[in-house]
Amino acid sequence: MTNTSRITTISVTLLILALAAPLLLGQPFYINIGSQVLIAAIFAMSLNILVGYGGMTSIGHAAYLGTSAYVVALLTLQHGFSFYSASAVALLVVVIMAAIFGAIALRGTGITFLMITLALGQTMWGVAFRWSDVTGGDNGLPDIKRPDLFGLNLVEPGLFYAVMIALFMVALAGMWIFIHSGLGLSLQGTRDQPRRMGMLGHHVWLVRWIAFIIAGFWAGVAGIAFIGYHGYIHPLSLGLANSAEVLLMVIAGGAGTLLGPVVGATIVVVLKMVVSAYVSRWVLLLGCTFVAIVILLPEGVVPGLERLLKSILPAARDDGEAGS
Amino acid sequence: MSIGFWLLQSLNALALGGLLFLLSSGFSLIFGLMRVANLSHGAYFMLGAYVGLSVLQAGFGFIEAILAAGIVIAILGGLIERFLLRRLANRTLAQVLVTLGLAFAIADICLMLWSGDPMQLPAPKWLSQPIRAFGFVFPGYRVFVVEVSIVVALLLWLLIERTKLGAMVRASVDDIQMARGVGIPAQKLFSFIFCLGAALAGMGGVLGGPILSVYPGLDGEMLPLALVVVILGGIGSIGGAFVGAYITGFVYTFGQTLLPAFSYVILFLPMIVILAFRPSGLFGKSAP
Repeated sequence: MTNTSRITTISVTLLILALAAPLLLGQPFYINIGSQVLIAAIFAMSLNILVGYGGMTSIGHAAYLGTSAYVVALLTLQHGFSFYSASAVALLVVVIMAAIFGAIALRGTGITFLMITLALGQTMWGVAFRWSDVTGGDNGLPDIKRPDLFGLNLVEPGLFYAVMIALFMVALAGMWIFIHSGLGLSLQGTRDQPRRMGMLGHHVWLVRWIAFIIAGFWAGVAGIAFIGYHGYIHPLSLGLANSAEVLLMVIAGGAGTLLGPVVGATIVVVLKMVVSAYVSRWVLLLGCTFVAIVILLPEGVVPGLERLLKSILPAARDDGEAGS
Repeated sequence: MSIGFWLLQSLNALALGGLLFLLSSGFSLIFGLMRVANLSHGAYFMLGAYVGLSVLQAGFGFIEAILAAGIVIAILGGLIERFLLRRLANRTLAQVLVTLGLAFAIADICLMLWSGDPMQLPAPKWLSQPIRAFGFVFPGYRVFVVEVSIVVALLLWLLIERTKLGAMVRASVDDIQMARGVGIPAQKLFSFIFCLGAALAGMGGVLGGPILSVYPGLDGEMLPLALVVVILGGIGSIGGAFVGAYITGFVYTFGQTLLPAFSYVILFLPMIVILAFRPSGLFGKSAP
């Protein structure tokens, strides 16, 4: 127990330090990286519901982020919606889409589920790419303005980052509540023992379907933050590479842990930033990292660190910070 | 729209169906045997097309290009199976994710080597003579692609249904543990089928080159089509891949002609119907 609470203390301290780091560094460059990491973290946490807690590996999750961003872009640019009312519509659209796609994908389990989600994800990419009268096709949709919030202009990087911290905290808290709720627990049950859960009277399919919709909802939230940050959306954001990138975040960080996707998002976003500064071979590196993580570190960074901390802590009880 | 238009589109659909069969029969066999959805299959197709292009540019003939692509991709597949997938035996999800990672790596290396410009593979003259029949003129190359796919389908069918090797493959698809128990060398079988499937995808890429041309992103367009074919036809079934490929070829071609913006959406309608009523696919035995 002591160790567990120590690990929690260490995690919370590290999290606060990490959130404060971009502000301490001060330059807009770092603050913007911070915003990108938090958006990616919300996105990865949403996928973690499926991959980590539900045991359902989806390779089409970018479709929800992208669709949500496209809806916001289209409504604000072409139909005179405000950013916030457009966001509300976007979330509704994404939830309906997740309900339909979930019902289709959950006809399969395991690798079949994975294949169907991949195919459905590529459909949305196809629509964004080919329906160019509406979506702008390969040109994407530029010039979506960042909204004001309570009279504050969010174009200022620090303010935008503050809003992202608040949004991230809400998502994190929501995730914590979800995994400890009855629904979250039965989802984890259906991951480990679907037959027994069915025997015990849980509606396995329904639990998975609801989880699929919740995951879609949070990906939609990430999509709104994404379009707010970039002000631009391109079909690539819905594509296979983006779906794989977010899956890499979840797996690299540690699927099925609360903070795993956050760590994974940080690693992937920072890696991408650093690599892109020197070479343009991000996709190659993404692929190789994927292979390396799956073969060398299949459980992810966070469970690995946790194990390491647990093995260090009893020996060094007095200097609890040693592991950090 | 005249009858000629519909006939021509039908031929296009048949040609695409034939290409999809070459792509997805290998995918389906690998999946049926090893339970690995090889997500680099689209990348094999694209790499095959690029290899074929380079062989053609070096002055060799079309047949040599097809053979070279088949051999190169088979060797690549063999290396991947031997050094990556075999390490992860019995960890299906990890294997699938490795193939996904490799798909990106291969695609980016292609971009590095052959640049980002779309390139056309020239169809050989002796194959592209127009064919006159029923008072219409058909592009000969597409007829050739259809013929090749039918010949390959027949050969594969003979291999799987009429040879001892095929019997071992079928036994392993049905019950891998029992197959191992009676002394079937499953590991060697895996390697062979993986190389064969990869080679088919690579050769399909060259054959498809004159019709689809080659460009970055071709892999990402072909992979979902292969997935749809396999989901439609049922996993591990050559017949299913054949029927699924031609259905998909027709739906996609006519979708693209009549409703270009939504051709991808239309593509999924048959898949949704099949999934709703027969989740294991038209020819599939049971859901894995």
